[in-house]
Amino acid sequence: MSSKRIDNFGKINRDKIISFNWEKKNYFGYEGDTLASALLANNIKIVGRSFKYHRPRGIMSCGVEESGALVTIGSLEKRDPNVRATSQELYQGLEASGQNAFPNVNFDFGEINNYLSRFFAAGFYYKTFMGVPPFEWGSGTSIWMFFEKIIRKAAGMGKLSRLADPDSYEHAHDFCDILIVGSGPAGIAAAKEAADKKLDVILVEQDSLLGGDQIAEKEFDTNKTLQELKGLGVRIMNRTTAFGLYDNCVIGLIERVTDHIYYDKKDIPRQRFWTIRAKHIIVGSGSLERHIAFNNNDIPGVMTVNAAKHYLNRYGVLTGKDIVIATNNDSVYNTADLLSQAGAKVVILDSRKEVKLDNFNNNIQVKFETVPYSINGSRKIKSIDIADANHQPYSKIDSISCDQVLISGGWSPAVHLLSHRGVKAKWNAENLCFLPGDTKEKITMIGSARGIWNKSDCIKSGIAGALDAMHHMGLSKTNYFFPKEGGWSNPIQPLYEVKYNKSRSKSFVDYQHDVTADDVRLAHREGFISVEHLKRYTTLGMANDQGKMGNIIGLSLMADLLDKDIPEVGTTVFRPPYTPVSIGALAGRNVGKHFRPLRVTPMHQWNLDHGAIMIDVGLYQRPWYFPKNNETLSESYIRETTTVRKSVGVCDVTSLGKIAIQGPDATEFINRVYSNAFAKLPIGKTRYGIMLRDDGIVMDDGTSWRLSENEYLMTTSTAQAGKVMSWLEELLQTRWTDLKVNVTSVSEQWAAAAISGPKSREAIKNCLENPSLIENKNLPFMGFVSANLKDGTPCRIVRISFSGELGYEIYIGSDYANSMMDLIWKEVQNYNGCLYGLEALGALRVEKGHVTGAELDGRVTIEDAGLGKMASTKKSYIGSAMRTRGSLSANKDREQLVGFFPVDKKETFDAGTIVCEKNKIKGSGIGRITSVTHSPELGHWIGIGFVQGGKEKWHNTTLIGSDPVRNKQMEIEVVSPHMIDPEGKRMHA
Amino acid sequence: MIRIKCPYCGERDHSEFTYGGDASINYPSLDASEAEWTEAIFFRKNIKGFQKETWHHLNGCRMWLEVERSTITHEIKSVKPCHPDLQKLMELKK
Ligand SMILES: [Zn+2]
Repeated sequence: MSSKRIDNFGKINRDKIISFNWEKKNYFGYEGDTLASALLANNIKIVGRSFKYHRPRGIMSCGVEESGALVTIGSLEKRDPNVRATSQELYQGLEASGQNAFPNVNFDFGEINNYLSRFFAAGFYYKTFMGVPPFEWGSGTSIWMFFEKIIRKAAGMGKLSRLADPDSYEHAHDFCDILIVGSGPAGIAAAKEAADKKLDVILVEQDSLLGGDQIAEKEFDTNKTLQELKGLGVRIMNRTTAFGLYDNCVIGLIERVTDHIYYDKKDIPRQRFWTIRAKHIIVGSGSLERHIAFNNNDIPGVMTVNAAKHYLNRYGVLTGKDIVIATNNDSVYNTADLLSQAGAKVVILDSRKEVKLDNFNNNIQVKFETVPYSINGSRKIKSIDIADANHQPYSKIDSISCDQVLISGGWSPAVHLLSHRGVKAKWNAENLCFLPGDTKEKITMIGSARGIWNKSDCIKSGIAGALDAMHHMGLSKTNYFFPKEGGWSNPIQPLYEVKYNKSRSKSFVDYQHDVTADDVRLAHREGFISVEHLKRYTTLGMANDQGKMGNIIGLSLMADLLDKDIPEVGTTVFRPPYTPVSIGALAGRNVGKHFRPLRVTPMHQWNLDHGAIMIDVGLYQRPWYFPKNNETLSESYIRETTTVRKSVGVCDVTSLGKIAIQGPDATEFINRVYSNAFAKLPIGKTRYGIMLRDDGIVMDDGTSWRLSENEYLMTTSTAQAGKVMSWLEELLQTRWTDLKVNVTSVSEQWAAAAISGPKSREAIKNCLENPSLIENKNLPFMGFVSANLKDGTPCRIVRISFSGELGYEIYIGSDYANSMMDLIWKEVQNYNGCLYGLEALGALRVEKGHVTGAELDGRVTIEDAGLGKMASTKKSYIGSAMRTRGSLSANKDREQLVGFFPVDKKETFDAGTIVCEKNKIKGSGIGRITSVTHSPELGHWIGIGFVQGGKEKWHNTTLIGSDPVRNKQMEIEVVSPHMIDPEGKRMHA
Repeated sequence: MIRIKCPYCGERDHSEFTYGGDASINYPSLDASEAEWTEAIFFRKNIKGFQKETWHHLNGCRMWLEVERSTITHEIKSVKPCHPDLQKLMELKK
């Protein structure tokens, strides 16, 4: 194959040759090439296969709007599908391959779909699978699932590697005065103007080089521009895409840090996700050239006109020798001239009657009032049939042999970023494009993104944009005005589709999703007359180019069918991202163990040193169990549970929430937030309390200790600690602003250990300076004392029990947690005690029927939880008016807390098991098991949970525990949730 | 991203805050009737335009703020502490 690279054109560095691999063969390109330009230079025409029909596709543009050259870069875990070859810079050793083809893009079995195309028209899925799930719910999902696999394999894009992404990504933040998107003539002018006034300016460019469309101008020097801007202090971010614009001038950028080089070290991220907060945003995002729908307008060799100019003047590639340009506007004439100078034979088909241009090259043949009708060829262009523009229905009047067809159906300003802000674009009938609408936000559109076509006006608009920004910032009083949009010598003429006169045409509107003009007409016939419906039914504009090339054609076809104008049909809203953003960049460093913050208690290392296996509980890591001699989890927790009931055990309970409540109204405050009485809690005593939400449902439970007249320490559950703190702050700051109370989170300041079991008192005594402080008479159940450990460290000891045994919790300043644990552990060992973890803690509390977050799940009232006695009838408190509200109290059959035993004591069950009546095993049943454990004391599995009507209703009935997830069923019986020592003798001992 | 001007901390991203609820509600007294509480808890206007809402500066000064925000544009018209004493304090600070 001959090279298409020509001398004396282009800005690539011909001294630096780069080898790369395409479809397992080696090729050469130059520094400065994109993959697309290197493929074109090597005369590779077919680079992919289309989405539905598997038609051969070539390179169709030179930028982000690319619809044909979507390729896969890299292999194995580095495989990156759906990369636009037009944006991918070439680097030494780059590996790339085509997509959606088997065995390869040159010979693809899937091409048979092209001949079966009438089966794949718009709405194919919906029609074929109507009555079949998921389109209609019912039984028989398997039919859809069977076909889905085949369809998904045949239709689609590149494949993911399914391996973990080895690259690293970063999130970064910054601020500036003015952020300018786009470094075309307008953006550069704006940057210079603003930087000149000493403003902090960031200039964002998605390309590797600055300049925008000027890069394709021979005399434009991108490096000189770069140095000039840097000298003015402009912060330049190239290879960076502004993918989304958000409230308050917050803009999202993706910086491609190493995508343009081969880099496999981890010290630099592959991409950086920037969130920048600017005072003003100037958008000079340019405009995109549209194509025209006509038969076979997708044959490899079809390209936008401006792309051919860039390939010639930037990359030194002459993409065709016999070129036909089809257009309806003036923008092609300069390119035609350049292509002709480079040696191509050029014919222009201009749909207009005539044009008047200065200094036009007379070697170029222009056929006025002529439009492209159909391309002949399948894998490459052989010739093009042309039609008379004024003679409809169109028909072939002549044929021109050629190897390339360049199209320009007009230009669409890239209004995407403004559209992200909810600003509707306005149709401009003179220039046949949507122009940016008005916004009150601090966003200014400049350059061709504003619909300004000629360069000198673009520069003027850039300067005006900078002045506009400074005016809004109150920094400038200079008058400014924006040049009028447009700027061509001859008006553009509408030309969206040249309708093919025969059946089975392939006039593509959206190349990426293989949506044809006929598909749009079919959708209309079937009643889809709103643009949003049309879009979803045909999938027009829903591929990863988001309709950058095809949207306007789709709209114009729809307008035609509805006999309306384009603005009446409307436009679809663009949403972020402007170009695809990798999931890795969104995740940043928040992956693996950094997915969320990790909280550890001050005795974390102590626990690990003593053999703890840890478990994640919310953000915390807590000891799960402490295995001895290779014990399994269940062997370990059963031993730990038994030891606690028999002698003594120690457990880290630091993760409980702790809140200091202080102030003259502290008692009043605490009495209002808890459902049970707190007004008369004596100093030195603690009380278990329940908090309800405004709507009467249980929010959390915990304890509060009265430290002095005006001071309390509140504990909360681990899970609700943050929520309770915010809630107390809300009540004090928004509702009860007259109360003189201060709340402070002291969760991090206090470490705590529970010491439980009949020997706990003896063990703790030996740790204290004054052992008599915790004698039964000095420290009764629910009392607390301030004490000193033997080493003199002050602590607080509360006599409280979650296990049902005699028990204490010792609270100590976090810094002293480890020395406290050393001291306690030494004494506990003397009584053959153990360390216990969360699993044993759970077993102990299930045996006692204590509720936790698994039970208090936000649907449970205080009565449902069997704690009705804790709802005071003598005072008003949060939730008191609502807890007995009609809908809660009228239903006598609400789910009540109960205990569960398996009927066959050898059976086990799991949390999540649904409780059903015999012979009525369906739906959500009549209850659920929320927590289970093996009870060493009872010698079998037990559970707690809820059942409608409670124990009263079912205690003599055998029910069924149904566990559809584990495909398990067992007979169960309902018992009291208080399965061990229901009178509480042990904890009062 | 909504940016909220906390009277104490300055302008911050909304991700530092949590949304509370409708700031225009006068919660009834604790001994008020079920009907009054039902009205206060469950019935909300679906405002198109500016509404008063509470935001908690959770990862900042932890102040509860009354924010007047447009439900159409996210424009924020005013921000002030919910607590009247804090309001006065912030006035003095100015
Ligand atoms: Zn704040």
